[in-house]
This record gives sequence, C-alpha cells and structure tokens, in this order.
Amino acid sequence: MSAWTALLLRDLRLARRVGAGAELGLVFFLILVSLLPFAIGADQRFISRIAPAFLWLSALLATLLGLDRLLQADEEEGVVDQFLLSGTPLELLVLAKALAHWLVTGLPLSLAAPLLGLMLAIEPQAMAPLALSLLVGTPALTLIGLIGAALTVSLKRGGLLLSVLVLPLTVPTLIFGATLVKEAALGRPYTTPLMLLGGMTLLMLVIAPVSAAAALRHARQ
Amino acid sequence: MNDARPTSWLQLANPAVFNRWADRLLWPLVIATLGLFTYGLYGTFFVSPADYQQGNTVRIMYIHVPAAWLALFVYAGMVVSALGTLVFRHPMADVAQKAAAPLGAAFTLVCLITGSIWGKPTWGTWWQWDARMTSVLVLLLIYLGIMALWRAVDDPLRAARAVAILTLVGAVNLPIIKFSVDWWYTLHQPASVFRLDGPTIHPSMLKPLLIMALGYLALYLVLLLVRMKTELTLRRIDRLQRLAAGIPGERA
Repeated sequence: MSAWTALLLRDLRLARRVGAGAELGLVFFLILVSLLPFAIGADQRFISRIAPAFLWLSALLATLLGLDRLLQADEEEGVVDQFLLSGTPLELLVLAKALAHWLVTGLPLSLAAPLLGLMLAIEPQAMAPLALSLLVGTPALTLIGLIGAALTVSLKRGGLLLSVLVLPLTVPTLIFGATLVKEAALGRPYTTPLMLLGGMTLLMLVIAPVSAAAALRHARQ
Repeated sequence: MNDARPTSWLQLANPAVFNRWADRLLWPLVIATLGLFTYGLYGTFFVSPADYQQGNTVRIMYIHVPAAWLALFVYAGMVVSALGTLVFRHPMADVAQKAAAPLGAAFTLVCLITGSIWGKPTWGTWWQWDARMTSVLVLLLIYLGIMALWRAVDDPLRAARAVAILTLVGAVNLPIIKFSVDWWYTLHQPASVFRLDGPTIHPSMLKPLLIMALGYLALYLVLLLVRMKTELTLRRIDRLQRLAAGIPGERA
C-alpha cells in the first residue's frame, strides 16, 4: 500500500502548492453564497427556504472545479503509464486520486457549510444535518466526477464535456442530500435520506474506480 | 479478421457482409414501417374511441407512449452494443452504438414534446415537474452527453470504448435516478396536477397503441440500419483519404 499512500500524499502536496488547495475551494463556495442575495434579494425568509438546495448546488459546482485536470495532468506527464507499470491495481490508485480530491474539496466544504448556513439563515436544528449530509454525499460527487475525468482524459478542452457527462448522474445524490437538510430544517426525521445518500456513496465507491480504471486503460490502446 | 470462425455473428464484423444483410433487411422493414404506421394512425384517428374525460386529446397518447417505450428500448440496445464493444470487441457493436444514440435522443425528445403538448389541455401547463417527465428529461441529458462524447473523441475505436463505459455507468444509474425522482416527487407532490391514472387501458385503445409501438420499432430499425451503413461508408472514405494522403500505417 505504500505506492497508494505516496500517491495520496503527493496529490495533497500538489494541491497545496499549485493553488488548488482547500482554501481556494472554500473562497469559491463563499463567493457563490454571497452572490445569492444579489440575485434573489435580501428577503431572509426566502433565502432561508432555498438555502439547503442552494448549498447543495454550490457543493456540486465546487466539486466540478479541477476535475478536468484530476487525471489529465498525470496522463500527459506519463504518470498514468507508471501507474500501470507499478503493479498496484489501477482501480486503487485512481481511488487514491479521488480521495485526495475529496480531502481538498468535499471535506472542507462539509466542515464550512454550517458557517455559510448561518449566513443563509438555515434553521439551527438543520446545521449539523447539513454538515452531515455533505460529509456523506460529497464523496459520491467526487467519485462520479472521477468517471467523467477518466472518460475525458485525452481531450484538450474536456471541462465542459465533463460537466455535461457528470451532472445528470448526480441527480440522486442531489435529491437525497437537499431533502435531508430540508427535512431536518422542518424538524422531521431524516434517517431515510441519510441512508439513501450513504448508499449512493457506497455504490459509487464500487462503480467509479472500476469504470475510471477501465476508461484509462482503453484510452491507451 | 478473415481467419475468424465462420459463425454468422462474427462474419457480420466484415462491413461487406453486414451491408449485404442490411440491404436484404432494409426494404421489408421500410414496407413494414409504412404499413404499421398507416394501420396504426388509422386506428388512432378513426377506430379508437375518444376518452370520456379528455375527448380527442387522448389520441396523442398513440404518438407519445410508443416514443417513451422506444426511448428506453434504444438505451437497452445501446447497453447490449456497449457490452459487444468492451467484451467481444465487435466492430459492428461500435457502429451500432454510434448510430443508435441520436435516434434514442430523438425518441426521447418526441416523448417530451408530445407530452408537453398533451399536458397543455389536460394539466393546463406545458411543463410540470412531474416525476415521469423529469426522469425522461434526465434520460435526454444522458443521451446528449453520450452524443457529445462521440463527437469529442477523434479516434473511433477509443471513442467507442469510452462511450461504452459511459453507457454502462448510465445504465446502472438510470434505475436509481428513476427511483430518486419518484421519491422526490412523492415528497413534494404539487396539489394542482390533474392525474391521469385512470383505470387500466381499454382493449379498443390498446390495439392501436401496440400497432403504433411496432411501427415505431420498425422505423427505428430502418433508421438504425441506414445510419450504420452511412457510418461504415464514412469510415471507408476516411480511410481512403488517409491512404491517398500517404499517411503511413494505413491499409486499404
């Protein structure tokens, strides 16, 4: 597993040094949240109602950032060839890449979300569920994105195409995540959406590495 | 390719053999399409009764419902082709995948547009965020993604494999999307929708519906064969052009 850990640490270091680190993703998230009142007006009650959906959409968009370079840079520099030679299954190595991506996007977003929820006047009892929903759901988003990144790995301008491929597949995650927060805000139990959300993440944990590795292998034949 | 075992399935990998079979099937299918549509549309407009609630508006069902069936059927066919591409490396599976995607998207679009036209007089609105319409819309988005990926990758072999993986991932996700959208809809069910779930369909309506569905299926097969033949010709032209340009490593 040392190759796996080395890859994970390398990606985290790279993210910090080339300006794709956690803080920039958070700034993007913060900007999206501050743009919302400009677009729909400062009506606190209305903002409070759409906040869960909006925070989830923002998380979705923030996850998309950087996905187009997730595997492409490695492909161009020949690192993917080294993956194939290394003897470690490609499926596990792309999983390490996805984990590194999630650690600098999904995780900080989940932890910062209650603070932004405060600015958007989310009900106090929905704060913890909001963080929980993002914590459980954003890995699914990153993993779906991993598939898109592998499919568009050889394309010079694959960013837009990647979004078009990936976003329809995120529909269930978005539904379960946003519903969880809405139910919590109304003071209702949210076990069902939480379990479905966890199910999505577990399913993607199986599908995404296998599909992404297959796509990478087929791209070089 | 010529040393393949002489089973018909593998022989079809030869474009010339495929073209011969396609030509043999094409005209009977065209005639079947015309016959089924003539009979089906006659049934739609003259034989089947008007609905006791919706009147003549119900006749759009015979256009709308088969399109929805075909939208799913084409995707199922693409899944089979995707397996043919990835598992058996069958060249015709690549071509079939590529030819089917825009047809599936077209049937999905027909389903959405006719649904919208049907929705205006019955629900009083062109678009309703109804569970079924929303799922079909997501299906259309997936079709468009597949078509975009086909266009983005230059090399047809690589494109076929990438699209095959996307198609399979989509196939796993489609039931989940359907389930999640249904679940979402039951949570947020709007009060204004006039629901259409009456009793089970009457035989006088079922017969034209099934004939129209067969007509759609025959039309799909005709268009699929024509598109596959066109794709083969395009690939041949491309290969000959490369050959004429003297690009090394190309054989006629």
